[in-house]
Amino acid sequence: MIDVNKEGEVWVFAEQHNGRLEEVPIELMSRGRHLADTLGVKLAAAVLGNGVRELAARLIQYGADKVYLVEHPLLRTYQTNSYAKVIFDLIHKYHPQIVLYGATITGRDLAPRIASAAKAGLTADCTDLQIGDHKGQDGQEHKNLLFQIRPAFGGNIIATIINYDRWPQMATVREGVMPMPAPNVARKGEIIAEKAQLSQEDLALEILDEHKRPKKVDLKAARVIVAGGAGVGSKENFRLIWDLANCLGAAPAATRAAVDLGFIDKDHQVGQTGTTVRPSLYIAVGVSGAIQHQAGMSGSQKIVAINNDSEAPIFQIAHYKIIGDLNVVVPRMIKAIKTVSRES
Amino acid sequence: MAYNCVVLVKQVPDTKRITGQAMNDDGTVNRSALPAIFNPEDLNALELALAIKDKFGGYVTVITMGLPVASSVLREAFFRGADQTILITDRRCAASDTLATSYILSCAVKKLDYDIVLCGRQAIDGDTAQVGPQLAEKLGMPQITYVEELVGLEDKTITARRNIGNGWQLVRAKLPVLLTVTGDANEPRVAAAKKIMKYKNARTPIEIEQEIRSQKAENSEAEIKKLVEKKCSELDEKSLLIKQWDLDFLGADLRWCGRSGSPTKVHRIQSVILTAKESKNVEPSDAAISDMVHELIEDKTIA
Repeated sequence: MIDVNKEGEVWVFAEQHNGRLEEVPIELMSRGRHLADTLGVKLAAAVLGNGVRELAARLIQYGADKVYLVEHPLLRTYQTNSYAKVIFDLIHKYHPQIVLYGATITGRDLAPRIASAAKAGLTADCTDLQIGDHKGQDGQEHKNLLFQIRPAFGGNIIATIINYDRWPQMATVREGVMPMPAPNVARKGEIIAEKAQLSQEDLALEILDEHKRPKKVDLKAARVIVAGGAGVGSKENFRLIWDLANCLGAAPAATRAAVDLGFIDKDHQVGQTGTTVRPSLYIAVGVSGAIQHQAGMSGSQKIVAINNDSEAPIFQIAHYKIIGDLNVVVPRMIKAIKTVSRES
Repeated sequence: MAYNCVVLVKQVPDTKRITGQAMNDDGTVNRSALPAIFNPEDLNALELALAIKDKFGGYVTVITMGLPVASSVLREAFFRGADQTILITDRRCAASDTLATSYILSCAVKKLDYDIVLCGRQAIDGDTAQVGPQLAEKLGMPQITYVEELVGLEDKTITARRNIGNGWQLVRAKLPVLLTVTGDANEPRVAAAKKIMKYKNARTPIEIEQEIRSQKAENSEAEIKKLVEKKCSELDEKSLLIKQWDLDFLGADLRWCGRSGSPTKVHRIQSVILTAKESKNVEPSDAAISDMVHELIEDKTIA
């Protein structure tokens, strides 16, 4: 690990694939900016790849004071060992106090490898980051630590984790929990080009083939979401969800239970193991509201819940509670919406 | 060519079915107070190891770090086809975070012969998915995470398909490697009746001691010790002795174990209580629903 460095910067690992920045590092920039400002230190992004210099300029627009840019042919495609080595070296050269990664498949593959090599602390899947003070068991005060806040125990508790002596403080952060900042094209910052010492031996894997398909639905971008749960009953009956979504211009979504039952594709899943969403309106139809589902949608501005079980946990967080049969209520909602559209 | 597989498994509280509080005051989990299960994705990892053994031959060792009661997952591993099981148990392992845990596990794995090390992607209590990659780093081997399918194994080369979000990636590496296996990778086999018959009597030395003490409470310490040794030998001869290793046996550096070896510490724990600030009940009638729709349009929630 590195020594505790209270002047250290806040870093965001700017994950990119094929020359495109992932969304979550951009989301992290706004929170990173807040943390850096609270601590009175600089915010930096670390970009690895080849031919990705323009990404550095964009990261400055999103709030970075500095961008550490490492370009090398062997970094063109992500691999654990090569990326871990480069970031490990950067950490040891510059002593940041905080390093943040998106909790993507890449982030969860990379961050623990670096943490192990650096013997530093790492907290996974954070849903919030704050700066705060902690009193150790020995009574010692530790000020201005990164509070790494995350659900645990299957989502049944929220834990605040700290790391006061095995720095840098590192965390992976869930996609969709931090707001996307607006870019400021006038912002100025510094791009620091770093050289990587890499050879073919640093690439432990041979990537033979890759296949990515576009997502069937962009839940994160949706202003209104209509979600169906197991209560909808069948794939055929899920038509009600599609119909309500269509008349609202909303995105159809589902709980894990509904996806497992085959009502709709996994791309539509909202929840702890699906997508985290923060729409203006979330309409939960036949959704019981298990903790793991709430974890993915409790940030919605307004929640309408329709369920014929008055005890359903979803009613604890709903703004509009409709206790009734969804097969009656949803058609009534569709009718009301179409009537209003006709009137206007 | 046969392959030696080492599978790391964990006994976890069934977090899908939490009832009541199970936290210690310092924020760590009071594991012994909850119903415990074999971590689901570790079963997938074990299944992959057993499938390799079925096809190519070899040896499957299953290791768990936990309280003495964790021996039950090791018996479960035997019921499915493990050749050898090891319990790492030591009070000084308590409060280990993923870094300390991966260090302790690496000390154990280093004592064995291995070609492939397998873990479940993540455990349902910590949900971190960190121990696998951290263990791979400590063992100095490449990691292939989110493995959905073993596509090929030839000599010292492994080819696997990984899940990369909305898609997959086919990768190849030279052994030894560490794989983390997802729940989608396979359908874990159930315990086999014959193996249950044989291995239901598998025990750790601690369990043997507990049983003898309760049966022969009136005996002297020396006598109990002799009886325990005798029973351990008997079971060992029948391959029914679950090995039990502590931190001294592992030669572990205590500074990297338990609380002192854990950089991440719990500052506080809160129960999840999410409540809406304002809420209203809406009758499922046409009129009430229409009013609600109008309200949502008026405040521009719906366009």
